[in-house]
Amino acid sequence: MIVTPLPGGRAASAPLMGHEAEPTLFEMSVANRSAYQLRSTGVPATALEELLPAAHLNPEIVPVAEVSERDLVAHFTRLSHRQFSVDLGMYPLGSCTMKYNPKFCDAIASDPGLNAVHPGAPASLSQGWLEILVTLEEKLCAITGMSAATLQPSAGAAGELTGLLLMRAYHEANGETRRRVLIPDSAHGTNAASVTLGGYEVTTVPSNERGLVDLVALKAALGPDVAGIMLTNPNTVGLFEEEITEIARAVHDAGGLLYYDGANLNAILGAVRPGDMGFDIVHMNLHKTFATPHGGGGPGAGPVAVAAHLVDFLPGPRATRVGDGFFNWVAPTRSIGRVHGWHGNALVLARALAYIDVHGGDGLTRVAQHAVLNANWLRHRLREILPAAYDRVCMHECTLTATPLKIKYGVRALDVAKALLEEGFHSPTVYFPLIVDEALMFEPTETESVQTLESLAQAIERIAQRAKDDPESLHHAPQSTPVSRVDEARAARKLIATADAVR
Amino acid sequence: MLAFLGMDSLDDLFAHIPQAVRLANGLDVAEGLSEPDVAAIFSGYTSANKANATSMTCFAGGGAYDHEVPAVVKMLSNRSEFVTAYTPYQPEVAQGVLQALFEYQTLVSRLSGLAIPNASLYDAATALVEALNMAHGATGRQKMVISSGVHPHWRQVARTFARGTGHEIVEVPLRDGVTDWKSVDATNTAAVVAAYPNYLGVLEDLSEAKALAEANEALFVVGADPVAAGVLKTAGQWGADVFVGEGQAFGTPLSFGGPYLGLFACTAAQVRRLPGRIVGETVDSSDRRAFVTTLRAREQDIRREKATSNVCTNQTLMAVTAAIQLGWLGTYGLREVATRCAQGAHYLYEGLLGLEGVDAHSTQPFFREFAIRLSKPADQVIAAMAESNILAGLSVGALSDGGDPSIEGNIENVLLVTVTERRTRDEIDHYVNVLREALTR
Repeated sequence: MIVTPLPGGRAASAPLMGHEAEPTLFEMSVANRSAYQLRSTGVPATALEELLPAAHLNPEIVPVAEVSERDLVAHFTRLSHRQFSVDLGMYPLGSCTMKYNPKFCDAIASDPGLNAVHPGAPASLSQGWLEILVTLEEKLCAITGMSAATLQPSAGAAGELTGLLLMRAYHEANGETRRRVLIPDSAHGTNAASVTLGGYEVTTVPSNERGLVDLVALKAALGPDVAGIMLTNPNTVGLFEEEITEIARAVHDAGGLLYYDGANLNAILGAVRPGDMGFDIVHMNLHKTFATPHGGGGPGAGPVAVAAHLVDFLPGPRATRVGDGFFNWVAPTRSIGRVHGWHGNALVLARALAYIDVHGGDGLTRVAQHAVLNANWLRHRLREILPAAYDRVCMHECTLTATPLKIKYGVRALDVAKALLEEGFHSPTVYFPLIVDEALMFEPTETESVQTLESLAQAIERIAQRAKDDPESLHHAPQSTPVSRVDEARAARKLIATADAVR
Repeated sequence: MLAFLGMDSLDDLFAHIPQAVRLANGLDVAEGLSEPDVAAIFSGYTSANKANATSMTCFAGGGAYDHEVPAVVKMLSNRSEFVTAYTPYQPEVAQGVLQALFEYQTLVSRLSGLAIPNASLYDAATALVEALNMAHGATGRQKMVISSGVHPHWRQVARTFARGTGHEIVEVPLRDGVTDWKSVDATNTAAVVAAYPNYLGVLEDLSEAKALAEANEALFVVGADPVAAGVLKTAGQWGADVFVGEGQAFGTPLSFGGPYLGLFACTAAQVRRLPGRIVGETVDSSDRRAFVTTLRAREQDIRREKATSNVCTNQTLMAVTAAIQLGWLGTYGLREVATRCAQGAHYLYEGLLGLEGVDAHSTQPFFREFAIRLSKPADQVIAAMAESNILAGLSVGALSDGGDPSIEGNIENVLLVTVTERRTRDEIDHYVNVLREALTR
């Protein structure tokens, strides 16, 4: 198949005016400059000393910054020009699902009818919000095949920990103390960290030569002290766990529960549901699958859906339909309690509902189909340069390896990733999962065109040619970016975390 | 594209998934609608949200505040480069977010009076949980002594996560609105946690709590209102080892409670136990200043089950927004906001205490919110005042999900009232009149 790359996809045309460092807000400060303007209130300007005891007043003024609005705008606009983003170009970061986020969802979230509502307002005055939460919960349950959900967790990791606390509450209610949770060796580190915080010990299950959970090893690891297993399916290598039914049966037979890490839910929308695979607890990363922009590292939202036998333990209070078109807050009977200061990352939840409504069941199914198609196309297109770690049909992402380049030219996965930045693409995820040597994990997502994928493939071909002709130059890539490779060791050796740190 | 893969249909891509688990008839989710059609559905939701701060005058607070957010902050924080970026794993193309986070960290450090901030956590409640985990790591102990002046939701979240960590949460009651530290046995304690101001608005003298922490070699954790730092002592000045706070006040709208911004800072002694990400300054290979996420060896993706926290996604966009908002406010704007909050709250308080059926809940000094005891249930009064488009405050009974042993008498009649710099004298005078009516009706 010959594809001609069209203009677009690459961010290499983004204007950079130079390579000078941008001063900090504090370096830009000039005494007595300011930008703020407040409402004229007419409230008596009583001296603070008359209102508050001296023991509480700060004798010093905490310095913030002193800049004009014009300088503030210039500063943050320049910073924004030193930042790669999905809107700028392709962001094929494996396991992160950096798809294009429809602007419509942002517009929905910026309506004052949603974003100016106080979270402590009585239910009678925030019925619209409660209906949004209830409707989203119902749709997420339909998509995952579960009975009910909490929308409180703020992110995937918070969802994981919530799920583990639900697992614990379930076993405790059955009078059981179980102390171990199984996780595959390909799992993301967050799973392990969450297990510890859930009060459990990690038992690692090895993967087999096909990149899947080793069923024999799994069965050997099971026992009466196993609370459950955390699985990502498709797994972190981008492969579907084909023996999921056998895995589910074995874990359930041992009295354990199955936890579904929704990091890769984008791959299976409309094709297979976690509930139908036998999972008892499912977290979703709404910011990945349901297109909330990632905000440079957050916010996200990590709702947790559960099967019928766990509904009573869900965090609360939950927005609930109480009849006659009225919604209210109801705490589940055996709730583990709150996991968020209020009701969860509500504006992210509203965006997700808008995204689901626009796509519908049919559109969500196409999302998964095209995400899987794009990943397989890229895997096949790159097979000569970066072979797949497991050479067969993958799901929404493909784990490739730079081992051949390392052997032939001493060029590593990191070098390829950095050179891609020069080519105007964001890097794939590198050195993850840990079980693959020189891993480069590409997740093109459904929102990139085949022309953009071809453009990426041609960039990688140019990098492979450079690896042959001038491998040394790749160790120094990137050069065209706002800064070149940074001295990470120096940052860790002498921590400078604020402008006030002693240098 | 399928032909390139030697396939005939999209279904071939899913053929390796066992038929037994395949969804036979597609998702049971309605068909997709156009954006204008979905917008129409959402306008139904928004019109059912009567309590929005553009149509009702907001006197509700309790950790969520109606502050001024100017056009310039909205526009800058909505720039798509900030909004649609991922976590800054490739620093060469993420200097924008990294430097903004460095500036945010500097501001958190100054407002908390502590040297080591992180790059944000989910919200104040979960930041408190991370502080408790840090205290456990520092002391090896499980007992957490927490003032009942800490927001009821934060305490509930702490109790929830203690189910996994095994922490023993000991709540210290309030007496006349102030924590009764003398009533608690703080031996073998990991953390002593105080709130400043406490959730009923009261400014407690934190010296006693600090002394209690010190005497028992526990970490002193202060949950403080960061706006208060514009005029009041910082957590660091009260001797805190750890500061946690809610950063929503800095540029994030009320948002029905999220996404908000968990502020976190600690002393240099605790840096290796810091939860979440931290940005550090360094240089690039051409010796130019550059920023990068650092001390990564603490984090979950590297340290796995031995990590200091499981946090990965945080609230970066809210942190960047806070840096922009604080840049807009500046040193004297923040002071002005804090001062006006205090002036407005005290002006309203004076007006309310003259009313029949209103009593002060305590005689203690307060900053920007206060509790009053009404002659009627607070939820009835809130409903009545809503008819005059006033969100009168928060019912303390509802806030504490039914009961807080620290509240003497009938908790249902206690109302928490908040004033921000956006409330005018006319609005406050109107509030007094409407409450008078609501109580006599």
